[in-house]
Amino acid sequence: MFGLKTDWSLEVLPRYFTLEDYEGGMARWCPGCGDHGVLAAVQRICRDAQLKPESTVSVSGIGCSSRFPHYMKTYGFHGLHGRALPVACGIKSRRPELTIWVATGDGDCCSIGAAHWVHAIRYNMDMVVMLFDNNVYGLTKNQTSPTSRPGSKTNTHPRGSFLPPLNPALTTLSISNVSFVAQTVDWNPVHVYATLKAAYEHKGLSFVRILQRCPQYTPKVFEEAQRDPSLMLLLEHEKGVQADPAGTKIYTNRTQHDPSDINAARQIASREDVIPIGLLFRDADRPRYEEFSSLGADVTIEEKVQALEKELDRFAI
Amino acid sequence: MESGRNSAVVHEQGAARQVREAIVEIVSDSGEGAQKAGQSFATVCAKMGNGVWTVEIIPAEIKPPARSRAGASGIRIRFGSKAVTNMGDQADVVVAFNEQVLYGRIMADAFREGTVILLENRWAKDADEQIRDMYATAVEDFRARGLIVHELPLHEACLKYTTDPRLGKNMFVLGMLCHIYQLNLDLAANEVRAAFKKKGDKVIEQNLALLRGGGEFAAENLTYRFNVPAMPTRQDLVVTNGNQAVGLGVMASGMDLVSMYPITPATSATHYLAGVFQNLGGFIHQAEDEIAAIGFAIGASYAGKTACTITSGPGLALKTEFIGLAVMAEVPLVIVDVQRGGPATGLPTKIEQGDLFAALYASPGDAPKVVMAAATIEECFHMVITARKLAESFRTPVILLTDANLATGQTPYARPRVREDWMAAPIDQSPWPEGVTPYEWDPETGLSRRPIPGQRGGQYVLTGLAHTKQSHVAYDPRANQVGCEMRSRKFAALASTLLPPKIHGDDQGDLLVVGWGSTLGTIDEAVERVREEGYRVSSIHLRFLSPLEPGLAEIFGRFKRVMTIELNYSDPPSGFGGDVQSARRAQLAQYLRAQTLCDVDYWSITPGQPLQPGQVHGVIMERLAAMGVVDQRAAAAHAG
Repeated sequence: MFGLKTDWSLEVLPRYFTLEDYEGGMARWCPGCGDHGVLAAVQRICRDAQLKPESTVSVSGIGCSSRFPHYMKTYGFHGLHGRALPVACGIKSRRPELTIWVATGDGDCCSIGAAHWVHAIRYNMDMVVMLFDNNVYGLTKNQTSPTSRPGSKTNTHPRGSFLPPLNPALTTLSISNVSFVAQTVDWNPVHVYATLKAAYEHKGLSFVRILQRCPQYTPKVFEEAQRDPSLMLLLEHEKGVQADPAGTKIYTNRTQHDPSDINAARQIASREDVIPIGLLFRDADRPRYEEFSSLGADVTIEEKVQALEKELDRFAI
Repeated sequence: MESGRNSAVVHEQGAARQVREAIVEIVSDSGEGAQKAGQSFATVCAKMGNGVWTVEIIPAEIKPPARSRAGASGIRIRFGSKAVTNMGDQADVVVAFNEQVLYGRIMADAFREGTVILLENRWAKDADEQIRDMYATAVEDFRARGLIVHELPLHEACLKYTTDPRLGKNMFVLGMLCHIYQLNLDLAANEVRAAFKKKGDKVIEQNLALLRGGGEFAAENLTYRFNVPAMPTRQDLVVTNGNQAVGLGVMASGMDLVSMYPITPATSATHYLAGVFQNLGGFIHQAEDEIAAIGFAIGASYAGKTACTITSGPGLALKTEFIGLAVMAEVPLVIVDVQRGGPATGLPTKIEQGDLFAALYASPGDAPKVVMAAATIEECFHMVITARKLAESFRTPVILLTDANLATGQTPYARPRVREDWMAAPIDQSPWPEGVTPYEWDPETGLSRRPIPGQRGGQYVLTGLAHTKQSHVAYDPRANQVGCEMRSRKFAALASTLLPPKIHGDDQGDLLVVGWGSTLGTIDEAVERVREEGYRVSSIHLRFLSPLEPGLAEIFGRFKRVMTIELNYSDPPSGFGGDVQSARRAQLAQYLRAQTLCDVDYWSITPGQPLQPGQVHGVIMERLAAMGVVDQRAAAAHAG
């Protein structure tokens, strides 16, 4: 018996979760949509971390990617257009033990929900926020989004859109109390997985922008970068995203980027000649709002009654 | 029998005159402390056993220009031997720190012939000739209007006690009023000590000197002396305003999250809570906007912590979409709407009952929910507790309507007996029963049990999409109809548990007045007066607007005429240009007509101030005259 633990049989986890435990209804996204791959990556991370499905909540707004919670077998909240973040923050506020995944699109997050995006970054509550950015409104059938490139021909701008796009990563990096910003691309599932894993492991709000193509409306939006991997910039660092090298070896254009350097992060995020992927910024020491909002959970009913009586004393005549 | 409102003050000599009640106002520029003095005065009255009701006079700006008509800031205190439930009619005694602010009150019909004005006279000798002229002209005008004006050197008298009378004059005035109404000066001194506790002994001593100085000044310079006999009760009482009552109610309800965005006149509820909520383990989330405030509350509620959001009309408008989500997904939630004048920014600091339709109907589609209205400050406390219980029992948002009058008014009421069962039980995290769906609607009541994150086996996706009982997106044509019906059935179930409204007065007669919200005390008092005059008038006051309290059509049928009295806008009943069909009715009247199929008449206005009982009395008399119950001249005499 030497070398074998005699009590090995007791090591069996009382509950072991397989991928199936996180797989909800059959996804109704278009064939070829990057959302399928992101969903698979999240389910894998849940399985790897053995997250209890009942203590995991997927929250979303409205849009194609916001159907995400329906395809998870966890708790889910598929709410209103642009409003995923206030709901997610509310869930976390008094239940900090819950694991939260937020799915939001470029219209949902950067347009109608932009105010909440700014403030959620500042609240920095522990959750993963996945921005499914395909540069277009898909569910409502091909309208210009805030991240559409100028000249994009859409149903609202048939002769081409007018304005330069908003840069979600750079914008997020400019918000005070930002704690985690990463970028990845849907056509590299290995990197998507590694990036989301790093996001999950970060304590604080992890903002991950996932560049995607919409097979229906923007299938060729990243065609050049797909054809020529040198138009990508892989961010590498010991504190960065640790993707399987087999999945990133095509990227010849690489740089060592220390994710604790916010100025460098902003510089990289603002580059327009390449698409940077990897971890732009991380600071694990930022205050998290749930540290304050969840206080008081241990106050007993007796203590509450006592405190209320004391308050009533103040108004007594 | 002499009624309180007729207790005309005359400049008399000698002993104090006994009156059943009095209405006192202190008006000043903003920042001169009139409200503080008035609140202390009211507290002393209440402690002595008088009934009291205060109304704050609030300008829309923080520091409006000094000596401006619209900048009047202050307080009215109505106190009497019996319980006082509203602000009453015209004031008896007014202390004014300048003459211009009095015009604001004259426009508000706050004075009558014979109202005594104790007026700061320093403006008569102001360095600015224009101010001297304005003062002289105004005083002359006031006298021509029948006001009894006493010009007093208040500023100068305060200089004996302080170098800056602007900061101390209010306590001096408190001393004056305590002398005039024979209030216990020791009790007033306690209020002063409490008010300046944080500022240290030196400030307390100075203000106590001002208080005593004011009393001495009144004794030397004024002959007014009144006694409003108190009737102390052995019941334990508390004095709060309506927003404090809401805050106390939130704590008593066991809710531990308030998610809000600053908006007048709702925010002071949060100001109160902010200081004390943490003692009960609660947290206030100041969100980035009104939408996020309710979204955050819904998130917390979804996760098992029923939350509350407190707002006012414009905020309610912004929250509309989320309220619809809470209806659709059956998320318990308490929304307090402290109504102000609308639409748009409207009258931010002033009262209106204009949000009934918004509360009932604002969400698109069919969005039934509970709508309740507090009629008293005490109800602001108890109804929050009820609201949370209903929200959870019926898995629904509950809108509780209060208003600016309740929010800032103060009155004594029975101290609530706190019960442990008001407090929230720990969240149920026991495994979800197998085979039970997240919306296992009871086919009769539409009620269903709600899974909470953390409950093993209860995983479901809450969705704002039309959905089945499995919370799956409704793709078949019947599913949406079923969902709508189940959500509607809950309110029929709730309605079946409600009692019919109590009738104030006889249960049949010529006229039934129907009210809702903070007008209760005023309407009841007016109805009491017409009843004493021999008319067959009764009133009911609705607390539940959705679902409605039962039996209304039957009650209405026992009166020749039914009318609502409301503080919101309505066209004349005949419409403009004779277009009756398009005439826009007072909100409750329109709603009751639709729901009861009864001919409900109405009278409503939007002055931005509470109704006066005399005004309501006049309306009732006019209506009785139109019915032929009383002749026109008698009605005109009363209304006049």
